[in-house]
Amino acid sequence: MTTSQATPTIPAASTGQAGPRDDGSGPPVLALDAVTKTYGEQPPVPALRGVSLTVRRSELLAIVGPSGSGKTTLLHVMGTLERPSSGTVLIDGVDVAALDDRQLAALRARSIGFVFQQFFLAEHATALENVADGLLYVGAEVGERRRRAAEALARVGLAHRSAFRPSTMSGGERQRVAIARALVGRPAIVLADEPTGNLDSTAGGSIIELLDELNAGGATIVVITHDRDLASRLPRQVHVRDGHIVADNGPAGGAQALAGREGDGRS
Amino acid sequence: MNVRSTLVPARLKLGDQARVASVGLRSRPLRAALSGLGIAIGTAAIVAVLGLSASSQAGLLAEIDRLGTNLLTVTNGQSFTGQTAQLPLAAPARISRINAVEQVAHAGTVGGANVYRSPLIPAIQTNALQVKAASLNLPRVVATTVAQGRWLNTATATQPVTVLGAAAAQRLGIDRVYPGERVWLGGQWFYVAGILSPAVLAPEVDTSALVGYPAAQRYLNHISIVKGRPAAGPPTTVYVRSQTSQVGAVRSVLAQTADPEAPNEVDVSQPSDALSARAAANGAFNGLFLGLGAVALLVGAVGVANIMIISVLERRSEIGLRRALGATRDQIRTQFLSEAIMLAFVGGAVGVAAGALATGVYASTKHWAVVIPATAWAGGVAAAVATGAIAGLLPALRAARLSPTEALRTV
Repeated sequence: MTTSQATPTIPAASTGQAGPRDDGSGPPVLALDAVTKTYGEQPPVPALRGVSLTVRRSELLAIVGPSGSGKTTLLHVMGTLERPSSGTVLIDGVDVAALDDRQLAALRARSIGFVFQQFFLAEHATALENVADGLLYVGAEVGERRRRAAEALARVGLAHRSAFRPSTMSGGERQRVAIARALVGRPAIVLADEPTGNLDSTAGGSIIELLDELNAGGATIVVITHDRDLASRLPRQVHVRDGHIVADNGPAGGAQALAGREGDGRS
Repeated sequence: MNVRSTLVPARLKLGDQARVASVGLRSRPLRAALSGLGIAIGTAAIVAVLGLSASSQAGLLAEIDRLGTNLLTVTNGQSFTGQTAQLPLAAPARISRINAVEQVAHAGTVGGANVYRSPLIPAIQTNALQVKAASLNLPRVVATTVAQGRWLNTATATQPVTVLGAAAAQRLGIDRVYPGERVWLGGQWFYVAGILSPAVLAPEVDTSALVGYPAAQRYLNHISIVKGRPAAGPPTTVYVRSQTSQVGAVRSVLAQTADPEAPNEVDVSQPSDALSARAAANGAFNGLFLGLGAVALLVGAVGVANIMIISVLERRSEIGLRRALGATRDQIRTQFLSEAIMLAFVGGAVGVAAGALATGVYASTKHWAVVIPATAWAGGVAAAVATGAIAGLLPALRAARLSPTEALRTV
């Protein structure tokens, strides 16, 4: 029953794959408003202190900050892996606060793709099976999963490696497989956490090129990184420090975020 | 609102469920095999215990069937004054006139006669063997056969010739029959004509050296006086085959018929009763061995629980990834629980096969029918699966309780 409900609700427009890059002029796929996140009780450790950020369809942006700046927490909140302490998170137009745990899982399955620094590939499975697993919790049939996985692998340039196991692949290839897994469900937004962190500069550079290509194909991608050089190669950079957004050169989000900060009375 | 109502987690299909549950088993087959081994041993023990007891019971019942339950024995009991009574010489003939009686054989213990390998053996070493005079149809009636050589015939029954029961031959150290072979019996040489197979229904035949009645009369002085003249006899045991449906009726009149003057001095018994009792008593130790099997299963369960807990710790990142891919807590819990159950099921299936194999091998060496009761294999698998479910519950709950960010945090 769930298959028939979940699959058609991926709106064609929200995949963002069809249209050309429109530099953030579309409706937001992700909107954070005055989001805070505080860990612990005694003493409370604030990780996010009022972050407002809007990501529009088909954007490619970097969230840059040193370690401890709160960027990983921001990724978790954007990815609905964690709930904010206050503020609102809208993903693909859905207010996360109103969803229960199961609905959040369904939202992640449908709308969010993750890419991790450590790839997190299953070593005993082939590249194709790893990518197909990206559709496992969407409820797609196994045949459809494999077909779409093959397409996704082709898009990251690994069609010829689909029967290989991750252990026989280079780091760059593994990360491509992980990216294909994140893309295979055509999510509204892809969140990449230090995608080049475990790669040498050549492989890292080619991953950034790939993300750029995929973005040109319409995918909305948020890259979290501590690497300013890498971030500078992306169209938009959001700088985070001590749980605040300190700079945002984006067309839409910048003004909001800075306004929020000024409202806080900090500078 | 309608967006929220469409946010329902997809349910995994059974095939996907099985594939996801077997990830741990496929990625670490040796570990899975070793932890499944405990379960397998426990199940094998349970199946083998139940299978072996059922098979040995089947073997006994088959033996009872082969030997027949229609054999009745009439033996001389004790007289009123506590002395050994004597069966009348005419008892076999009278018994054979009972309507439902099919065959009658008899044997008479020759008092004072013993059998030795040679005259050099001290007289006290009797090996607890007896010398009996036997009617010529004795082997057929007590359902035994001649293992070696020949049974007595009308000619040899009058001569110093003996046929040894199975145990008697063994105790005398005689394992084959050759011409001219003799034993020292009742103070003279008797030639050995043959050796009988074990007579399960008449164990007293096994420990006897059998001679013909005429020979017993002539050489061993086994004599009754009938109407003032000596005659061969008397019998001490009469073996009676009756119609199977009439065993009870025949049994009730045997004592009267054998010795109308003193029916209370006659003992009547049905030897197959003892076998039936043995068959019934066969499961006596089952409880003990089943208990041992259950202990093995318990140890196996601890092994599975241990492995699953380690597995959950090791596979934190997999759990985190699955949550990020959209798996619910329920799906994570189901994954690890079904992994434990699958592991236990495979272990249980292997155990059932091993237990069945052990039963089959042992039963075939004993020439029993191989019987593995449904309760044994179904119960074995069910016990294994239940064990896996219990062992996997705690690790599965732990896995499901992990928050996605906790799971994704790299160590």
